[in-house]
Amino acid sequence: MAYALQQLINGISLGMIYGLIAVGYTMVYGIIGMINFAHGDIFMIGAFLSLIFLLLVTAGGLDGAAAILLVLVLSMAFTALYGWTVERIAYRPLRGSFRLAPLISAIGMSIVLQNYVQVSQGARVKPMEPLVRGGITVMRDGDFAVQLSTMQMLIVAVTLSVLAVFTWLVTRTPLGRAMRACEQDRRMASLLGIDTDRTISITFVIGAALASVAGTMYLLRYGVIDFYIGFLVGVKAFTAAVLGGIGSLPGAVLGGLLIGLIETFWSAYFSVQYKDVAAFSILVLTLVLMPTGLLGRAEVEKV
Amino acid sequence: MTAPAARPALAPALRDAALAALIALGLFLPLVGLRTDVGPGGGLFLRTRWPDVALLVGVVFLGRLAARLWQDWRAARRGASLPKRLAGPLSRSGRLVAPLLLAFALLLPVIPGIGRYELDLGILVLTYVMLGWGLNIVVGLAGLLDLGYVAFYAVGAYSYALLAQAFGLSFWICLPLAGLLAAFWGILLGFPVLRLRGDYLAIVTLAFGEIIRLVLLNWVSLTGGPNGISGIPRPSFFGLSFSAGGGPGSFADAFGLEPSPTHRVVFLYYLILALALLTNWVTLRLRRQPLGRAWEAMREDEVACRSLGINITTTKLTAFALGAMFGGFAGAFFATRQAFISPESFTFIESAIILAIVVLGGLGSQLGVAIAALGLIGGFEVFRDLQEWRMLVFGGAMVLIMIWKPRGLVGSRTPSVALGQRRTISASMVAEGRG
Amino acid sequence: MRPILSVEALTMRFGGLTAVREVSFAAATGAITAVIGPNGAGKTTMFNCITGFYRPSEGSITLHRPERPVALHRLAGHRIARAGVARTFQNVRLFGGMTVLENLLVAQHRRLMAATGFGIGAVLGLSGYRAAEAAAIGRATAWLEACGLLDRADDPAASLPYGAQRRLEIARAMCTEPALLCLDEPAAGLNPRESLALGALLRAIRDGRAAEGASPCSILLIEHDMGVVMGISDHIVVLDHGSKIADGLPAAIRADPRVIAAYLGEGEGEDEEDEADAGAAGDGPAA
Repeated sequence: MAYALQQLINGISLGMIYGLIAVGYTMVYGIIGMINFAHGDIFMIGAFLSLIFLLLVTAGGLDGAAAILLVLVLSMAFTALYGWTVERIAYRPLRGSFRLAPLISAIGMSIVLQNYVQVSQGARVKPMEPLVRGGITVMRDGDFAVQLSTMQMLIVAVTLSVLAVFTWLVTRTPLGRAMRACEQDRRMASLLGIDTDRTISITFVIGAALASVAGTMYLLRYGVIDFYIGFLVGVKAFTAAVLGGIGSLPGAVLGGLLIGLIETFWSAYFSVQYKDVAAFSILVLTLVLMPTGLLGRAEVEKV
Repeated sequence: MTAPAARPALAPALRDAALAALIALGLFLPLVGLRTDVGPGGGLFLRTRWPDVALLVGVVFLGRLAARLWQDWRAARRGASLPKRLAGPLSRSGRLVAPLLLAFALLLPVIPGIGRYELDLGILVLTYVMLGWGLNIVVGLAGLLDLGYVAFYAVGAYSYALLAQAFGLSFWICLPLAGLLAAFWGILLGFPVLRLRGDYLAIVTLAFGEIIRLVLLNWVSLTGGPNGISGIPRPSFFGLSFSAGGGPGSFADAFGLEPSPTHRVVFLYYLILALALLTNWVTLRLRRQPLGRAWEAMREDEVACRSLGINITTTKLTAFALGAMFGGFAGAFFATRQAFISPESFTFIESAIILAIVVLGGLGSQLGVAIAALGLIGGFEVFRDLQEWRMLVFGGAMVLIMIWKPRGLVGSRTPSVALGQRRTISASMVAEGRG
Repeated sequence: MRPILSVEALTMRFGGLTAVREVSFAAATGAITAVIGPNGAGKTTMFNCITGFYRPSEGSITLHRPERPVALHRLAGHRIARAGVARTFQNVRLFGGMTVLENLLVAQHRRLMAATGFGIGAVLGLSGYRAAEAAAIGRATAWLEACGLLDRADDPAASLPYGAQRRLEIARAMCTEPALLCLDEPAAGLNPRESLALGALLRAIRDGRAAEGASPCSILLIEHDMGVVMGISDHIVVLDHGSKIADGLPAAIRADPRVIAAYLGEGEGEDEEDEADAGAAGDGPAA
């Protein structure tokens, strides 16, 4: 019981990270109908930028909450620039082109980003000393103490507040309205005077910013990053987006939580080795049995 | 056009280039300018590299400026662009390219100056040509987007390795078995994904490929896990081995030749050439048959196919099975050539490269796939001095070629049958499938 | 009258919406039967039930073949075509990147596939297949001639003008050698001259004199334009709001006050449905 509670806590904090990235996948898919294959690598870039800014900020003498906040803001801004550039270089010229072209371009971009970071930052893993320590003991069951670490609380708090701001952005502002209009019907939206190119750019920027938050959280939680983390985390986040129903923003977060929980519980009770197999199997099963996901809309083909 | 017209265009071009440089500064300042290194104490420290940043930003500025000016100049100058003017002669000479490539491939081992390295490179390129042709059945003809093709390559390789080691079967018995096993896995994957379309299919196949790789990685008792399988038997020339020392029963002995390690390489080269040509032959023949036509029709419009009584399920499954089978053959060849396999050879990036070959070559075009494989894999080897930069260049090339030619190098389609003269069909009319 | 197709109490519901409500009618062998009705009357839905693209919520659809009746509502999509029902689409669905001739050969897939020994014989180049293919090309040529498309045989289908694409779709459906040809708004987008030619073609198909070697084929068509239908139909079924309101000879239908009311009648109320139907209809490959 206590063990399960501990896994629940771990799973939720991991799931939050997946959820943040999944939002980026689902937004881009919703608006231009493509899988942004490079999104996982944008997350990786976010993690690296966070590491660099963290080292800068701590060298500058800052500490604690102020340092983390500054790192969050800085890496969001710079990662967003990467998101914008990727869209501008690799996707925009292919808008309205054949369906496979943007996909291959995205795969190419993913290779570019990975190897760019490998070249510029080196292939070795970057270990970092934990910045956030401590925590509270929620419950004690014999020898087993259920820990809720400060780090986990931080992840949940940051994710929830970022998502709150994001939800406000999408539901309450003209920008969000433009995004939803483009999602419904891009041609109609542009006829109504919405600058669709700009809206799509902003979608990528927001998606990248969220992925950067996930990158910061990942860095703080695991303390080890390398240039290859984007692929696996990206695929899992995509799984989360699909599980929640691609195109659905609450679905992405829900899917992220589920994937995080499933992964944690699978590792805890079955086998750590096959935890990724579990994630991929869930992806396959979801798509095959429930192609619209949990909160997605059904697509009916007209004849 | 002329100097007075060019002058006013310079200012916006400069502004544009400056903006690009500013963005480049934002991109490169933290990630290139500040390098994280692990210090002697195990902690991380930052090393600054401002000159590199300045260099990159300068390159972006000049590159963007040149691109803008070139665009303006070309827009001002009317008339057909260079590629358009070249298109006619190119398509006429295109008929010669395939026979020339084939002749070159056949004669490569006897061309003077071709050594072991060139032959090895030829084997590598031909392996990818074969994989590309195999995947072309699934993606190019049937229009089913498969991002996990490497799984069948892996199944073929491991099937051969395990069968050959456990039962001591010869390569020539294992090869068809490996193909059949891969085809079986193709059908196994095909069944659940029949209803899926487009990107969803791509993701499920990707997941399937990763599952296979992770199982190979973790099922240590069968596959040796990350250590892989080594000491895989080498192929024999109809029972004659290629042992280095010669001796009775060896290839060199039977033909009265001086034993040489090159024999095996030449043999492997012709083996993969034959396998690749077999793939090509079967594909070309099937294209002119009802099955191949049904694949292409399915790519064009699945609903219309159903209304004509075509069973979509079996049509898709045959495409998956055949594509997987050729992947399995290639895998078996890979295993026997390397004598060592590990899950590392079957990562997602391999699938991505094979798919890139198919898409860059032009969906459905056999010649395009061969050229793309030659260009990508050959180019990749030629630039080996670039070391860690070459994957970067490789990825960048993928993006650029897609932007330059979204339908691939050979995007047009040749009809499978004609009453009169066969005319190629322009890429803009050919659908790419939604499955 | 010997029916080729009988529809019994067909009902199709989408969620809470009943698009077709207990419709029964029969299409006679060797006749052109038209289903007409204002936009949103449920014609296309019923059509999709008959051709297997929707599974009806209730009711039965039977195709009366000489050998034995076939319950179409129980069959999967591609089996309906094999049972002898061919169809065209409201938004023409050709294999655009394939030539006109290839389109017609794909339609003969089943027969050719059997002749190839399911692909194996063909790869090896057995002679049985070559004969079968020659026969298939012969049949295709006959239909191209019937539809006036022979000179375009080697052009990609997507390059044909719209009217020719519609004719090609009919030729493709006929190459499956159906017992019943179902046409979804065949005259949509045609000019008056083309409409007239279409009428002649359909009558020729009905009587089995359209192409060499063709046998008579019953036709079921749905149409929204009364004018086109009256000229060519032997029998007309009228739907409105998902229910059948009339069923009879063209002359009787023309005089039926309920039909006139359905077309001219309710005024304002009709417009909303028009939009709903147009929305569904406009949802072609572009969507």
